[in-house]
Amino acid sequence: MKSAVLLFPGINRDSDMLMALEKTTGKKPQVVWHTNTTLPDVDLVVVPGGFSYGDYLRCGAIAARSPIMADVMAKALKGLKVLAICNGFQIVTEAGLLPGALVRNAQMKFVCREVRLRVENNQTFFTNKMAQGSVVSCPVAHGEGNYIADNETLKRLEGEGRVVFRYVEGTNPNGAMNDIAGICNEARNVIGMMPHPENMVEALHGKQDCLPLFESLLAA
Amino acid sequence: MSTLSEPAITSDIVAAHGLKPDEFQRFLNLLGRTPTMTELGICSAMWNEHCSYKSSKKWLKTLPTTGSRVICGPGENAGVVDIDDGQAIVFKMESHNHPSFIEPYQGSATGVGGILRDVFTMGARPIAALNALRFGEPSHPKTRHLVSGVVAGVGGYGNSFGVPTLGGEVNFHKRYNGNILVNAMAVGLADADKIFYSKAKGVGLPVVYLGAKTGRDGIHGATMASAAFEADADEKRPTVQVGDPFTEKCLLEACMELMASGAVIAIQDMGAAGLTSSAVEMGAKGNLGIELDLDNVPCREEGMSAYEMMLSESQERMLMVLRPEKEKQAEAIFLKWGLDFAIIGKTTNTLRFVIKHQGQVKADLPIKEMGDNAPEYDRPWTGPKQLPRLEPEDVAAPVDLQLALLQILGSPDMCSRRWVWQQYDTLVQSNSAQIPGGDAGVVRITDKKAIAVTSDVTPRYVEADPFEGGKQAVAESWRNLTCVGATPIAFTDNLNFGNPERPEIMGQLVCAIKGIGKAARALDYPVVSGNVSLYNETMGQGILPTPTIGGVGLLADLTKMMTSRFKQAGDLIILIGGHGREMGQSIYLREVLGREEGAPPPVDLATERKNGDFVRALINERAVTAVHDISDGGLAIAVIEMALPTSFGAKLEALNHIALFAEDQARYVLTASPACAMALLAAAHKQGVEASVIGEVTADPRLNLGVNGHIDMAKLRSAHEDWFPDFMKGA
Repeated sequence: MKSAVLLFPGINRDSDMLMALEKTTGKKPQVVWHTNTTLPDVDLVVVPGGFSYGDYLRCGAIAARSPIMADVMAKALKGLKVLAICNGFQIVTEAGLLPGALVRNAQMKFVCREVRLRVENNQTFFTNKMAQGSVVSCPVAHGEGNYIADNETLKRLEGEGRVVFRYVEGTNPNGAMNDIAGICNEARNVIGMMPHPENMVEALHGKQDCLPLFESLLAA
Repeated sequence: MSTLSEPAITSDIVAAHGLKPDEFQRFLNLLGRTPTMTELGICSAMWNEHCSYKSSKKWLKTLPTTGSRVICGPGENAGVVDIDDGQAIVFKMESHNHPSFIEPYQGSATGVGGILRDVFTMGARPIAALNALRFGEPSHPKTRHLVSGVVAGVGGYGNSFGVPTLGGEVNFHKRYNGNILVNAMAVGLADADKIFYSKAKGVGLPVVYLGAKTGRDGIHGATMASAAFEADADEKRPTVQVGDPFTEKCLLEACMELMASGAVIAIQDMGAAGLTSSAVEMGAKGNLGIELDLDNVPCREEGMSAYEMMLSESQERMLMVLRPEKEKQAEAIFLKWGLDFAIIGKTTNTLRFVIKHQGQVKADLPIKEMGDNAPEYDRPWTGPKQLPRLEPEDVAAPVDLQLALLQILGSPDMCSRRWVWQQYDTLVQSNSAQIPGGDAGVVRITDKKAIAVTSDVTPRYVEADPFEGGKQAVAESWRNLTCVGATPIAFTDNLNFGNPERPEIMGQLVCAIKGIGKAARALDYPVVSGNVSLYNETMGQGILPTPTIGGVGLLADLTKMMTSRFKQAGDLIILIGGHGREMGQSIYLREVLGREEGAPPPVDLATERKNGDFVRALINERAVTAVHDISDGGLAIAVIEMALPTSFGAKLEALNHIALFAEDQARYVLTASPACAMALLAAAHKQGVEASVIGEVTADPRLNLGVNGHIDMAKLRSAHEDWFPDFMKGA
């Protein structure tokens, strides 16, 4: 499995993602600088977490208009797998690859803590090693992870099985609608999520709950 | 020399720059003429307390600063220690107290930004951050606002920059009502043979300005930080800088690339006193002159004067001496990261600091005298009154022991700081092995090894006895590192005190430094960097003396890392260091009996070392399952803290309130399986370490105190967890 990690100025969980991908897929991902206009030949593109452009203007808004994103959009429409984590999720919603938006946490504060996620759809490239409905621990670290969408969009997401991860009741850290932690597009090849599975894959992290998510990439 | 467009120097202007008449006379003698306004500004910036350490230098020189692992001690941007395998840790702690009181978010944010820059200026990538915060009493009308702003600012900067915050302290006391403390520490990792220093080398080489543009923010920030607050503190807001963590992150990445390219001869961040102090330091240290042409300084505002540019404390800027043949390559790296890169001057052999602006010479000063030879004082000081040691029989037992425990665990200083550290990214970089809530933060360096970091001081002890309090701060730091299994290497000290022109305050500073030095020597735990913050007083009321100690230790085998939480029911609970009797300045005395009095617990450094080395060896032999030190609140609180994050309880032998709450030093609580415990006790006996079994870990989630009754852990847990969020909600 060949992968690439996008790098925008202000991204800061690139090394976390590179470590997790290398550890789980056995291959070093390529790093693609935001001013490039063409992606390398890969099976998966990861848009990692951080504060691209300092979250100025709106989270993800400036990165979504970076030169590299045109090729990401074009290839995603043709089926390229895109995994967008945290700031990455904000970037791909700003780019229009996923519906809805991420706004300020309901409690108006940055939050870094462990939450419990239920796998709501195990038919995706990032969840196929998980049992439907299984629950994993996973950390979050964000100030603007409160997922919102209009009623019609929510209805479609729910009806089409496009909610991939949901905060288990009582652990929603940001006020997201329907406890949504992660969603996918219609074709199931673009996944966006606020939590950081890359921070829970080895013994050092206390738990390795998110290891099967990365192992899913190999089967996809 | 032209002085066009600059006002004439009057005694009022001199006083407004914080220069005392004799200091101004010294400056006049040095120049042999009246200074220009720009020169006066530069002198004021270099000779203020914050930059010159003029009151503390004499005493700081007495601290031990060398050791087998010390690569670079105090005097550079940060201290550097060897952690084997060709790797080094670069670290320092610094205060941003006055700005944080005036504008809590930006003040604390730029405090974090400044200390991160100090570390990566030396070629180290920041891998951990800590912060030590002291606020006024919770009932003070400003406290909630300040807590909220400072915590958001610390998080806002560190989270965006991408460094995990792995430790810290929060205290409340009325003596900080008008002057809070924000001490930020950064820890970075570098190759031991690729450390970058500020000392310029070579004549005629380009001096390059890097990073963000210069604005009018923070002008005279360092001078403000060297004066006491009066009632007009709020009017000083324009002297507070504004932080931009995004630019800092880009600056970090650009500097890392630049340093790897071999282009850098010397580099210095622009911190307090901005362009002035960075340029003077580079020149003075290298025995070179520096000539700057301010026409080339990237400005974000129009019409800035030389005076303003030289004193601006705009953030996220660096100054560098560059290898001329690498200029194009260096510029390309900065352009890639969207940062300014401008050649603004050159090194000279004149030992003069020359500033030109719009074709005029605005300053021409002897560089050594501005930097190395700033004034130094031997201020008069008086030793503190010795407070009597409190006899145990003078300390009443609680009417209701359970209530006393709940009162202590739910008190502002003792409750959980989760509300605070959940606003900090503790996980970014994926190397956090222990996040806040334990004895020390632990961050992985390689698959094999890790470092431990901690921040400690007990201000009420230092107030009661500066010498013992200084010793205790160092001892507790050393003990906390020991608890996770690390070998303490070195520390940074951030000395926060009141007005040194008062002999009793100067006496606190002198005695605390003596205590710190004594403990550092006894524990082979040198100081490698530090910062002094004086004049922490408002309307004549000084803060509690607060010498914060930021410690770093090495955990050679990460698989042996210890934590403080209980692991298994049936494990025996073992007390190391014997039962205590010191109730002076204890948390029990203050929170339950409402008394703040007596001498603090004395620190027997030989016992401290013996007990600590014994505990560390046990961890190394995998003979124990959990380790926690005994500090604030005594034995009872230590045991409860070990149970709180677990589903277990504890059964303790019946102990009186003195044994439960005394704060005697050099003590630990361990757990060990019954199979290991006997050998452990025998080894302790052989080595002259006091050790005894005082109870066991239970599956029953209660604290069982024998004849003194029992209490549900859930009740203790909610007292411990609820105070902070309730307080911040205004409940």
